[in-house]
Amino acid sequence: MEKLLDVENVSISFIQYTQGLNQRDLKVITDLTLDVSEGEILAVLGSSGSGKSLLAHAIFGILPENANLKGDIKYNGKTLSQKDKEEIRGDEIALIPQSVNFLDPLMKISDQAIGYTENDKEKAQKKTKQREIFEKYNLGPEVDEMYPFQLSGGMARRVLVSTALLSNPKLVVADEPTPGLDEKTVKETLNHFKKMKEDGVGVLLITHDIHAALEIADRIGIFYSGYVIEIAENKDFSGDGENLLHPYTKALYKALPANGFELTKGHQPLHGEIQTGCPYYDRCDSPLEICNSQRPQLIDLGNKKVRCFKYKESE
Amino acid sequence: MINYAKFAKFLGKKALRLIILLIFVILISFILIDMSPINPVKTYISNVVVSQEQVASLEAYWGVNEPITTKMANWLGNILQGNLGTSLIYRVPVIDVIKERFTASLALMLSSWAFSGILGFLLGTIAGFKKDTIVDKIIKVYCYALQSAPTFWIALIMLMVFSVYLGWFPTGLGVPIGTLSENVSFWDWLNRLILPMVTLSIIGVAQIALFTRDKLIEEMNSDYFLFAKSRGESGWNLIKRHGIRNILLPAITLQFLGFSELFGGAVLVEQIFTYPGIGQAAVSAGLRNDVPLLLGIVIFSAIFVYCGNLIADIIYNFVDPRIKESEEDG
Amino acid sequence: MDNTQKGSLYNPLAKLNLRTKTLITIAATSLILIVVVISSLLINSNDITTNFQAMNQAPSFGHIFGTDWMGRDMFTRTLKGLGLSVQIGAGASILSSLIAISMALVGSINKYLDGVIAWLVDLFLSIPHILLIILISIALGGGAFGVTMGVALTHWTSLTRVLRAEIKQIKTSDYVRLSERFGKSKLWIARKHILPLIVTQIIVGTILIFPHAIMHEASVTFLGFGLSPHEPAIGIILSESMKYLATGDWWLALFPGLALLIIVLLFDLAGENIKKLLDPTSANK
Repeated sequence: MEKLLDVENVSISFIQYTQGLNQRDLKVITDLTLDVSEGEILAVLGSSGSGKSLLAHAIFGILPENANLKGDIKYNGKTLSQKDKEEIRGDEIALIPQSVNFLDPLMKISDQAIGYTENDKEKAQKKTKQREIFEKYNLGPEVDEMYPFQLSGGMARRVLVSTALLSNPKLVVADEPTPGLDEKTVKETLNHFKKMKEDGVGVLLITHDIHAALEIADRIGIFYSGYVIEIAENKDFSGDGENLLHPYTKALYKALPANGFELTKGHQPLHGEIQTGCPYYDRCDSPLEICNSQRPQLIDLGNKKVRCFKYKESE
Repeated sequence: MINYAKFAKFLGKKALRLIILLIFVILISFILIDMSPINPVKTYISNVVVSQEQVASLEAYWGVNEPITTKMANWLGNILQGNLGTSLIYRVPVIDVIKERFTASLALMLSSWAFSGILGFLLGTIAGFKKDTIVDKIIKVYCYALQSAPTFWIALIMLMVFSVYLGWFPTGLGVPIGTLSENVSFWDWLNRLILPMVTLSIIGVAQIALFTRDKLIEEMNSDYFLFAKSRGESGWNLIKRHGIRNILLPAITLQFLGFSELFGGAVLVEQIFTYPGIGQAAVSAGLRNDVPLLLGIVIFSAIFVYCGNLIADIIYNFVDPRIKESEEDG
Repeated sequence: MDNTQKGSLYNPLAKLNLRTKTLITIAATSLILIVVVISSLLINSNDITTNFQAMNQAPSFGHIFGTDWMGRDMFTRTLKGLGLSVQIGAGASILSSLIAISMALVGSINKYLDGVIAWLVDLFLSIPHILLIILISIALGGGAFGVTMGVALTHWTSLTRVLRAEIKQIKTSDYVRLSERFGKSKLWIARKHILPLIVTQIIVGTILIFPHAIMHEASVTFLGFGLSPHEPAIGIILSESMKYLATGDWWLALFPGLALLIIVLLFDLAGENIKKLLDPTSANK
């Protein structure tokens, strides 16, 4: 079966000007590989500021000018060119952005949600549809006339979610949907995603909130220092974490308050500190010789994947 | 939408500031003129042969040798009665000269202001939209070159090309020489306004175009612009929906802040096209030491510039919804 | 952060990266400007000989800018005029800059003085530049001195604003507050903390005042307020050319103005590029 979304070896780097107009190449994502199927929720878990939002921008073709994108992003098996992205975005693939800042402050909500229309007839059609979906998400007609700054946190969330669903997308990419929200709203938001999944929509959830990921994701991709180092199934995050593969994932799991709050020494390397070898080498408690000099590839174990020399390719 | 009480208070404060400002302007102008080796009596006399006693009595009459404070007090007293004195060059009340000249200049300044504003905005939008393409580069080069070009030189070139070489327009004056004012037709007047106006516009375009371009590019990098793009909005419609509206107010504000430059430009342009505006009057007054007229013009120009800044302030404080909403929230 | 160990030096496809281009531009513009000034200084007024045999000639190989009504070579006259303008522009810019620095420093002493300075800035900006320069020129009796002072006293405003903002920022930073706690005098703080950081702004600001100064001087001289007709400033050359416009001697106006334009453009270019070099955040635009 074709994957809905297939991201292969994507890397994103920026040209930066440093002192005296010298230039350097800043790699933010070095190797990101993941896939999402229809009716599946895949969470990409990484710390704030690690650059995973850029993945969302890359998929939609809205990276800044000085960004350098390499690798393949495939939709339904077809590699997306910039032109392809421009065609399907807002239509088959929809983005749920981080905050209400992504809405035009000088435009009313309804106008923004509807987007561009060719003529009055089309506008009326879209308006009915918009009203319908907004109703489903408990947004009454008065919201249509509001400006973004008038929305409360929860309302803003619902507006962003329902706006994304206006076009009946097949793939939804949610960029950090939970920060800054109270528990009730978080639960509500996560339910929206569950509903989408039930409707057969594929969801890529980019977040640093591990609880949210564990709550609704089918599989979880762990993002570390610019690499995806493991894609694990949700059910493996149980017990003592023995089914988790990468040492970092295990450490992450053990660090949860419910599991003992164990902390591992060290911190994630910052952007621009390029290592040779495995990025986790300094913090690993059982490294091999080879881990210092060579970078491990992402090994495909079917539904799961891991980037560690301790594992061998299956089949 | 506008809180009237707040607005009234705002205007009141601004009026007060204007008065204080004008007082200082007058003070400085007076001091400067007093410092100068000008003797207004000499100007008044010009080339008429006059005896020493007559000079002395004129000087006494005008209080030329009195201390500056007395002079200023007298002059201020006159102003409050609406009397700005009499122009030495034109021999009519200063206020009449200013009225006539200012109207002419206003026609020139406002028309080119509007024209350059609209044209500049258009050019800037196109340049921003088509960033880094040939169109953008041409517009940028044009604007940079224009900003570096001396205003009066551009005016000279325009005069040369269009009046002298092509003969399309008259080379000077506001109306044909010798025609009575009743007989001056609208077209005559327009004919003489066009070239100075176009010249002034061409020069004014540069600043607003570059500003608009920069602002549009800034908008195009904003989060909501990116989001709109991710939803499939594109091209000119994208700019129309999310770009233009957001930069319109800043651009208009900038235009109003440019009154000072506008006036300066008008001074030069009027001189070259011998357009009988207040700029030309200022130059004559300066060259021929017509103190009352010069002072009067300085005051009027200060008021003119102040009005422009005031309007920009009003727009900024009361019209821009983004500023308003942050005040309502916070 | 040292960038030689982290990341890699990236050379884009363009053979010259921005840094090299910037340096080349600065070098080229400076060279041209220096050449202009030096050559104009070397040209003695006496060298501009009148030659009534060759009056009002259009440009030719002998006289690439043509000749004027006294048969003088326009090229030499223009060059000398340019040099004069640059000198006056330089004088006015430096003076303006000094005024701006003092104003900004005075304003940084306390809130009251800051308000006074702000008020002064508003005052000077309330009258159109040209008028103010005319007034000041008259006050000081005209001539080169009058014009230079006039231009200097009108162009200090924008630099002052910029410096005031910078100083405000620096003063509220932690390390300055620490120094104050340690009992260092205000003067010491001004010297050691504030001055070094605003040097960049001062240099760039001064260079960027040049073009405006030169243009305003030319304008005011053109109107008749500045240098006397005996000194071949560009403004004078152009105002005299107006008399001969009707007779079609186009070269009298075109070349001098064009030359002035180029000089102003060069200064602007140099200033912008130095700014990019010293303040890389503006480079990504």
